[in-house]
Amino acid sequence: METTYLEAITQAMAEEMARDERVFLMGEDVGAYGGAFKTSAGLIERFGPGRVIDTPISEIAIVGAASGAALMGMRPIAEMQFLDFITCAYDMLVNFTATSRYRVGSACPIVVRGPAGAGVHGGPFHSLSPEAMFLNRPGLKIVSPGTAYDAKGLLKAAIRDDDPVLYIEHKYLYRRVKEDLPAEDFVVPIGKANVRRRGKDLSIITWGAMLYVADEAADALAKDGVSAEIVDLRSILPFDEEAILESVARTNRVIILHEAPLTGGAGAEFAARIAEKAFDHLDAPVKRVASLDVPMPYSPPLEEYVLPNRDKVIAAARELLSY
Amino acid sequence: MTLTRDQLLEIDFYLRMTRTLEERLAALFRQAKVIGGLYRSLGQEGESVAAAYALDFKRGDVVGPLIRNLGAILVAGAKPVDIIRQYMAKGDSPTRGRELNIHFGHPVRDGFIGQISMLGDMIPVMAGIALAGRMQQKHLVALGFIGDGGSSTGAFYEGMNFASVQKLPMVVVIEDNSYAYSTPTEKQTAARTLADKSYAFGCRSETVDGNDVLAVYEAAKRAVDLARSGGGVTLLEVKTFRMKGHAEHDNQSYVPREVIDEWCGRDPIEVFEQRLIDDGTASAPDFEAIQQRVRREVDTATDEAERSPMPRPEDAVRGLFAGDGYWD
Repeated sequence: METTYLEAITQAMAEEMARDERVFLMGEDVGAYGGAFKTSAGLIERFGPGRVIDTPISEIAIVGAASGAALMGMRPIAEMQFLDFITCAYDMLVNFTATSRYRVGSACPIVVRGPAGAGVHGGPFHSLSPEAMFLNRPGLKIVSPGTAYDAKGLLKAAIRDDDPVLYIEHKYLYRRVKEDLPAEDFVVPIGKANVRRRGKDLSIITWGAMLYVADEAADALAKDGVSAEIVDLRSILPFDEEAILESVARTNRVIILHEAPLTGGAGAEFAARIAEKAFDHLDAPVKRVASLDVPMPYSPPLEEYVLPNRDKVIAAARELLSY
Repeated sequence: MTLTRDQLLEIDFYLRMTRTLEERLAALFRQAKVIGGLYRSLGQEGESVAAAYALDFKRGDVVGPLIRNLGAILVAGAKPVDIIRQYMAKGDSPTRGRELNIHFGHPVRDGFIGQISMLGDMIPVMAGIALAGRMQQKHLVALGFIGDGGSSTGAFYEGMNFASVQKLPMVVVIEDNSYAYSTPTEKQTAARTLADKSYAFGCRSETVDGNDVLAVYEAAKRAVDLARSGGGVTLLEVKTFRMKGHAEHDNQSYVPREVIDEWCGRDPIEVFEQRLIDDGTASAPDFEAIQQRVRREVDTATDEAERSPMPRPEDAVRGLFAGDGYWD
């Protein structure tokens, strides 16, 4: 039976809570309501209100209490109703939680998860792709699955990880992608990319919902005889530098595609690594395709204009191929 | 809740240890052996020690101190040598030179956590410790400190509100020491008292003279007992005064002289000891013996800390994540 990306998240939480009594979930409306997007549907019935905790609208309290519980040996999952709201708890997460092991030697293994990303007309406060604002704050791991398999496997890996993980789930994918998942327990290791499609003419390094933009672009390019490789990073921090460099060495041309705004985006870091470590393999400059440098607007024509799309990726590919 | 003579003298030991250790740190600071700032709790040792003394660390209770709660973590079991090593940024300090002063500790191993400089953040974290304790059926109490300044933060409100809704086994000692750095309490809040903030949370509150050691102990004990028995959160306001500047570099010029003079007559240690003398519990030689023991321990700790090595530079990149064995 096919499992949606959203169901994969629910399954991962349920299976980890069943496997390990230290795992619990806290967040806004996660209990009786099952979460704003229903990612925790059925969990309170199965595990009770002691382990599926409805909180006040208090992101600092959610992340802070999760962190305090983690110091005590628990394995909390802290849900942000929208991942935009993690900015309210940014201080707690980056200053306290992320640094706890380094500063004082105390493990603080929490998972902060919630819906991110645009494409569903959520407007400026409900469309954030937050990875870059955490990339420069050592101590966190950051993952961003784009498939149901990775959504489940990475969430299980995040919950089992001994360090704090920011788990970025893409709300556009919740019910739009699905696949058959293995019946047995599995994890997707944090820090490992997946070469989604092999190619020889150029590489598209991407993650999250942009996988499907990359797919569309690669399909279109294939009709013109251009073979595009797609590398799904899956983990933003630590990121799979080896996979990036190997792909660049194979194709000699690279597009970094992400949904967050261009300037200061995670793509800038990957581009710099490629320039530092694979310069000799490049036949053209590193190209980035990302959202325009504005807050994500609400109205569909505006949002579509701002977001990356197939045609923008194809245009970038043409530019690289004709360089 | 009557304290035995031994317990009263033990409290006196912690009071004098706090003051003497800070005086030693001040001397080390003047010798440029303290690397960062030095934050004194002069005048506040009483409430800090007395509140923590109401806890039961054998049962897993946890203290969440602010910078002026050295006394509280000493009661929890922090070692003077570790405090001095922290201030001197030594490689064998509890944080191996990563963190300063009293920013160290683990709730399970040590019974206290390190201060978070974004002060309000302490309260949600302490709430999480109380929450986990309840989930783990440990019957522990989490006791956090906050001040007239720290209670202006959003994190304080979120943490208190969440803890109160959850009826967590938590006590928050809210210290009104009249100044947050140079800002007087009346510029922090229009609330009549800091205890009044409890109305927003629906939790219990109590206000007590922070320079009266026994009054603080008794109020804290009531709050701790209530929390342990499922009665929820208490916000315990202690009225005290910061007798030094924010840190050693701050000459406190913004505090009227007569205010300092007034509080000089209310020194918590002198008041406490005089009371024990007056009621015949102890005599001056008892305190002299305690002071000698304190001085010996501080001397030994200082010698040890001075001999400690500085950290190895290349260790700066280790121990960020699990798996490299650095903290094992």
